[in-house]
Amino acid sequence: MIAETGLAALWLAAGLAALQFLFMFVELRGNAGLARPMRSIAVVQGLLTIVAFAMLLIVFARSDMSVKLVFENSSAVKPFVYKVAGAWGNHEGSMLMWVTILAAAGAFVALFSRRTSGRTLVAALGAQAALALGFYAFLLIASNPFARLWPPPMDGQGLNPLLQDPGLAFHPPTLYLGYVGLSVAFSLAVGALLTGEVDSRLARAMRPWVLGAWILLTLGITAGSYWAYYELGWGGYWFWDPVENASLMPWLAATALLHSINVLAARGALKAWTMMLAVIAFSMSMVGTFLVRSGILTSVHAFAIDPQRGTFLLALLAIYVGAAFALFAWRGATLKEGAPFELVSRESGLVVNNLLLTVVLGVVFVGTLYPLFVEAVSGEKLSVGAPYFNAVAGPLALILAALVGIGPLLAWRREGRSVLKLLQIPALLGAAALVMTIIVAPVMHILPRLGFMVAIYLLGASILPLVRRNPLRAPLATWGMVVAHFGIAVALIGMAANAAFTNERLAVAQPGEILTVGPWQVQLRDVTPTAGKNWTAVEAELDASRGSGIVTLKPQSRYFTDPPTETSESAIRTFWNGQLYTIVGKPDPSGGWQLRLWWKPFVTLIWAGGALIALGGALAMFGRLWRLRRRRAATAEWRKERYA
Amino acid sequence: MKPKNQRLALVSAAIVSVLVAVLLAMWGLRNQASYFYTPADIAGGKAHDGEAMRLGGMVERGSIQRARDGVTIRFLITDGKAQTPVVFRGIAPDLFREGSGAVAEGRLERGTFMADTILAKHDERYMPPELGNLAAEHKAGKTLQK
Repeated sequence: MIAETGLAALWLAAGLAALQFLFMFVELRGNAGLARPMRSIAVVQGLLTIVAFAMLLIVFARSDMSVKLVFENSSAVKPFVYKVAGAWGNHEGSMLMWVTILAAAGAFVALFSRRTSGRTLVAALGAQAALALGFYAFLLIASNPFARLWPPPMDGQGLNPLLQDPGLAFHPPTLYLGYVGLSVAFSLAVGALLTGEVDSRLARAMRPWVLGAWILLTLGITAGSYWAYYELGWGGYWFWDPVENASLMPWLAATALLHSINVLAARGALKAWTMMLAVIAFSMSMVGTFLVRSGILTSVHAFAIDPQRGTFLLALLAIYVGAAFALFAWRGATLKEGAPFELVSRESGLVVNNLLLTVVLGVVFVGTLYPLFVEAVSGEKLSVGAPYFNAVAGPLALILAALVGIGPLLAWRREGRSVLKLLQIPALLGAAALVMTIIVAPVMHILPRLGFMVAIYLLGASILPLVRRNPLRAPLATWGMVVAHFGIAVALIGMAANAAFTNERLAVAQPGEILTVGPWQVQLRDVTPTAGKNWTAVEAELDASRGSGIVTLKPQSRYFTDPPTETSESAIRTFWNGQLYTIVGKPDPSGGWQLRLWWKPFVTLIWAGGALIALGGALAMFGRLWRLRRRRAATAEWRKERYA
Repeated sequence: MKPKNQRLALVSAAIVSVLVAVLLAMWGLRNQASYFYTPADIAGGKAHDGEAMRLGGMVERGSIQRARDGVTIRFLITDGKAQTPVVFRGIAPDLFREGSGAVAEGRLERGTFMADTILAKHDERYMPPELGNLAAEHKAGKTLQK
């Protein structure tokens, strides 16, 4: 019954979405004043998808093996948390989660959006419903999560052990919230293009969604990077894997949008530009979903294994992106350009930021899709990996980071002061850092060396907007910007340090033997068998010391029974100046064990920087919302006094 | 700047940056894309020394040899028509076994493939996609749903 309830809720939601889509046309033809019923329908649609998703969680929590999806992706002996999290650790479940968030976001807009005009709101909710409609069709026709099995089997086939990790519980939902948060920006842009009401009011309505989505994407990418770092056991934090790029591309577009939307909100300029970015940002989310969910990544062959799904998703992508671009081409030229600005001004700075981010996005996009393109056209197989992305996107990112220090110092409209004077001290810091790296490490790759220089300069430059004024009286949004930009510098130091100073040791050790890695002496004490709820493992006991005190690390090599898989569980110890990362490999015929040890100075700064960037976003968001509330309260007060 | 000129400047800036992105990408791809080869391709002289590439095939039965240091292995990759010797230093992935499929990333040095990484995904159902039509007996099953 539970599964059937879920399915019924999905069908109903799809029906309501179709109705919303119809309403949009009625509203656009005449001024039908449909805002009120539209709001209610959108809310009910959102609630229905939440019901459907809750039903899926229940069948997973109960391990109801008569549901095909549960049978294929779960097992009765799994820890409870992973049973529930398993609901979105598979294709159908994650698509249901996607559409649930999409519809819930629509409901949220309907409930709380007071700042957009009625017409634009109806058009935006219609666009949001059109998006949802495609994905309902996809679920109901090509990936029904509630399909039953008869007779019900005794136990399931289990969940990939790599996914049985706390990272799974919140990593995909965070990213999805980010992806789908951008759908609201997309729908608002489409709505505003349809009604022609592209103004600073729209930008202010759009901004919290873009900012919220961007914060979640930042967190999702940072968490995903750390997850890959400790779970895969390869000691890297970013592999330029297409799945990772699928999350990076929307982030790059959202970052550009986040900056241009401020120009639209504050100055009413860059109208068409901002609408374009809103369309691109969500298109990138859909490209990401398509890449991850269609199975095309593993290869074009896998694509052919389930042609219906891949083709369906590709068709949806083509329809939505095509329609949005067509709309933009039709309406974009009619938008009036807003307030003019000089060549050297805050606006220009933000345009340069946007252009550079667009170039980085283009480079990542081409690199990610090129192998698919070549294979589809010529059948030739190739892969594009880290060497390409580092060589092309790395220098661009450094240029961008260098400019991050300048942009916030420029004034709106035109810059009168001499900004270069302000930047003297940070520039000196950067130069000093460069000299230091040459003294400390004469042999170093050029990219990390420049990375250190730019990062140290940016550490200083990023806090300049708070200097020469009372920092406590600066708006929270300014603080947010400073913290986020400071975070870029922090992450950059972590990346440069990891690239330049990592020590690695790979060897076979006999029990009792001592290996040296960087400043550490690591002794293999013993290797013992151990077991968990659904796995068995060998566990190495390592005593590490650098002078005083001993820390013990216990990396494992785990064996899971269903499905039969081995994973390597790294043991990592964090210190103020770096991480000691250890892996135990295979036994050696001589009685020893393969050990892989890394000493990674300051590597944690990478994720600390990511967290700071997200924190900066959160500060800006709270600052703006708080200010808005205060202003509203003041208006209410004023009215009360006036009409009392 | 007049609004009209401003729009023109912005549009041209956007077009120029997209062009720059495409040119940079093309330049990068020409130098850095790594092609996928089989042992037959290498025997046929299609691959050049020093070029970054991926090599795929089956691990020849009985060919894995461990070096003294315990962390270097040598083995042969075969596609049924030719064989390529591979040297790899590191912890081999869990599913790396004789008679099963593997993809190595690295460079060719005088006929020997120096592998930086060996791919064999953490899923026994997984077959390197490039080997899909190579080994009929290992019909690519469901691929890993990440």
